[in-house]
Amino acid sequence: MQWLMILRIALRALARNKLRAFLTMLGIIIGVGAVIAMVAIGEGAKSTIRAQIASLGTNVLVVLPGSNSQGGVRLGLGNVNTLVDADARAMVRELPSVSFASPVLRRPEQLVAGNLNWGTLAQGVAPEFQQIRDWQLADGRFLHEGDMESAAKVAVIGETVARQLFGNDNPIDAVIRIRNIPFRVVGVLSPKGQTGQGTDQDDTVMIPYTTMQKRLMRITWLQSIVVKAVNAERVQEAQEQITLLLRQRHRIGQDREDDFNVRNLSDIAEAAQTTARVMAVLLGSVASISLLVGGIGIMNIMLVSVTERTREIGIRMAVGARSRDIMLQFLVEAVVMAATGGLIGIFLGIGSSEVLKEWAQWPTLISPTIVAIAFLFSGAVGVFFGFYPAKKAANLDPIEALRYE
Amino acid sequence: MSELIRVENLHKIYHMGDVEVPALRGIDLAITRGEFVAVMGSSGSGKSTFMNILGCLDRPTQGKYLLEGDEVGSLSADEWAYIRNKRIGFVFQGFNLLSRTTALENVELPMMYNGFHGKERHQRAVEALNLVGLGQRLDHTPNRLSGGQQQRVAIARALVNRPSLILADEPTGNLDSTTSGEIMALFQKLNLEQGITIILVTHEADIAAHAHRQILFKDGLVISDKAKEQAPETIKCNG
Repeated sequence: MQWLMILRIALRALARNKLRAFLTMLGIIIGVGAVIAMVAIGEGAKSTIRAQIASLGTNVLVVLPGSNSQGGVRLGLGNVNTLVDADARAMVRELPSVSFASPVLRRPEQLVAGNLNWGTLAQGVAPEFQQIRDWQLADGRFLHEGDMESAAKVAVIGETVARQLFGNDNPIDAVIRIRNIPFRVVGVLSPKGQTGQGTDQDDTVMIPYTTMQKRLMRITWLQSIVVKAVNAERVQEAQEQITLLLRQRHRIGQDREDDFNVRNLSDIAEAAQTTARVMAVLLGSVASISLLVGGIGIMNIMLVSVTERTREIGIRMAVGARSRDIMLQFLVEAVVMAATGGLIGIFLGIGSSEVLKEWAQWPTLISPTIVAIAFLFSGAVGVFFGFYPAKKAANLDPIEALRYE
Repeated sequence: MSELIRVENLHKIYHMGDVEVPALRGIDLAITRGEFVAVMGSSGSGKSTFMNILGCLDRPTQGKYLLEGDEVGSLSADEWAYIRNKRIGFVFQGFNLLSRTTALENVELPMMYNGFHGKERHQRAVEALNLVGLGQRLDHTPNRLSGGQQQRVAIARALVNRPSLILADEPTGNLDSTTSGEIMALFQKLNLEQGITIILVTHEADIAAHAHRQILFKDGLVISDKAKEQAPETIKCNG
């Protein structure tokens, strides 16, 4: 029997009981729709997290001053002042796995511009900071090497700060005061949005780290150094090399603990990714269960259908249908039902995830792989749950089937 | 005159739980190509079992069944399906047409299982329906046809693969006497003009009278097998 003909027979059989076919398909429709919508939500969350992590800069390591123990008293992190800007320069100069390094000092400060004021996070950084964080400028320029050497009173402000202090005015060359010291605004950063923890990254002002050290904090050491490895594969290597280099530079003996701490941001990224993945799997498997229930619905209806059509099966067998032909007929019917349900479910799933994106502002993301898998899976559900009823039909005794009332 | 059917020492035993019920207890028969045979007998006489075996729907417990010289009693289910499709046409008491399916498609049905393509299938189905006098009702579904017309569709379906044998199981059982006469006339015409061997089960003597040979079953045995006195058609047909 030709495939086209089998398909036609199946479609006609389904068309005879439209409502029943639709209700049976509904299980698959809801199942597939749920799988696609749920995975879209999961994927959306994952990609949001990924974007947030990428906004922190990729392949980034952070070096923090470590704890210092004196006579058994272990002080907290950041209580040593051995980390200096020469360390940052040495890393770039001596380590092939490091491409950029920038000192970072941070402190909340109150900014004043004209008659407005705004509390924000002041960060003292080096020009490399821009490359490390992949941070674009909306206007003006970033800090440059000359600003570092002269401890210039220049500032690059984040988007939030620009809005709060200047509204719609152009902030370039305007003056802002930090602790009564005037800074000239030379650049505005383009917006980066929130971090995974919900901090607004654009609510910041950046000044040369030398200026921060000398004029605001009056210290000679650094609070941290951010480092960018040349690529993702060499992050681990960079971490090890930095540790070795700093131990050497800080003259730490073999039996003594590090006076610094190297943290890998991709570890944090991985943890967040794993959480998102677990969520996606969880949502997906809940939805898969409804697909399974849909499959059972198909099996149920196919069994009813085989019983109802016993006589038809007998007639077909009498005129020369082989068991295989009967089996195929019912199997194709089940698969057509499942696959049609799958197709409608795909549209439903895509539609509802678009609605969620539009109205609830959820960052959903349709994955073509999942759409393909859901469709194939619904077809497989048809084969799996259609097999037993089809086998039952094919194994009918033609004499009994013809006599069936 | 070639032999179409030969059965030798045919036995069939059904198992009802532990009890063995013999339905056929040793049948020996030969039917020649072109014959028109009526099989008679009360219910339980074994005639239905005999017809099922002839129709390759049931397997004899013991004995031989040769169709056109081939032993077919022991073939596989798929080979039987092929024989039913190509060499045997069935007509039933209850017509057994697919409901909500047009006359034309009902007649096309056997050809769906032997690889005929759309156009040829259609053409042969139309021919068969013309032959039974239903050329004007191709698109009618069974519920819009009378009993006699439905049985004609069933006969067209039996004919469409040009079988050498038609097995009719009480084909007039659900029809009034006038229509029965028409159907029997159609069988006679097919037998005479197409040379198709027809084996017909009936329990009505006047229906059986249309046949050239009457075989009577009782308790799983053939108790009488007699040819009609004068059967000029048979002679003409085989001559």
